[in-house]
Amino acid sequence: MIDEGLKSELQKQGVYVTTLEDLYNWGRANSVWPLTFGLACCAIEMMAASMARFDLARFGAEVFRPSPRQADLMIVAGTVTKKMAPLVVRIYNQMPEPKYVIAMGACAISGGPFKQGYNVLKGVDRYIPVDVAIPGCPPRPEALIHAIMTLQEKILAQKLTGPDRPRHLNADVASEFPVPAYGPHDLEPSKNDAVWHPPMIKR
Amino acid sequence: MQPTSSPYLVLLLLAVAAVGFAAMPLAAAWAWAHFFSPNKPGRDKNAIYECGLESKGDAWIHFRAEYYLYGIIFLVFDVETIFLLPFAVSFTTLPVGAFVAMVIFLLLLVEGLVWAWRKGFLNWK
Repeated sequence: MIDEGLKSELQKQGVYVTTLEDLYNWGRANSVWPLTFGLACCAIEMMAASMARFDLARFGAEVFRPSPRQADLMIVAGTVTKKMAPLVVRIYNQMPEPKYVIAMGACAISGGPFKQGYNVLKGVDRYIPVDVAIPGCPPRPEALIHAIMTLQEKILAQKLTGPDRPRHLNADVASEFPVPAYGPHDLEPSKNDAVWHPPMIKR
Repeated sequence: MQPTSSPYLVLLLLAVAAVGFAAMPLAAAWAWAHFFSPNKPGRDKNAIYECGLESKGDAWIHFRAEYYLYGIIFLVFDVETIFLLPFAVSFTTLPVGAFVAMVIFLLLLVEGLVWAWRKGFLNWK
């Protein structure tokens, strides 16, 4: 592994040194293909972000794929109802690794204005791991672009080897998440404890 | 510099380079998938249907072939219309032979319709 100081010194002289890990992550980060998947009004902003005015193509993320088999990124754009939650988890399970999730808008984060509704899931992070959350109701396309850039930074920083390597390179970690079932009153289970860690208030 | 033995050698080299340029990333992706990334199949991931819902029932079901018969009978009227319009437009100037040929053609088509009617294909079951 090359020393960071030597690397920047060499760069000043016009010699660029890189690692396979950096190259691999650089390629991954600049070709994040989202899933064509909108749940509510946030999807309208997602469409606007991919069109000419905001032009998500500048970040390599304009190729919205209609099949989960070809997508890297799930943008949960809108309210996840309890009827829709098992479908969301199942589609997420069908995406190939490495896969990422952006929770777009207040509804996807926590239920938003419909949080008190009996049929609304109070945040998609109860079932699937969320990488980036965008607040807003709905967030503007610039906010989605910022989320994609944040995700790119996250991808660029991922180590491919060692104990901290991401899930898709660790053979011991399962890639599928349990799909909740429709119960008489609520989804069963009502949350995935391996994924969801509610914030604890420390007194 | 001496000219090369064949003027097409450059083209051959270019073709090899072009195919290599296209095949190299695919080969690299294949090698990465086979040697580095762990294979993790699962029940949902191997499912056929991709819309989040679980598929119900068997995909190997029988389709009723009745529509096929309706399509064939529709063709009778379709072909008749196409040929009747020029027949009607040039009716006054037609010789007797052409008129007889047209009537035979129409009778053939009508015979097919009568056959289908007698067989009971026009009743929607």
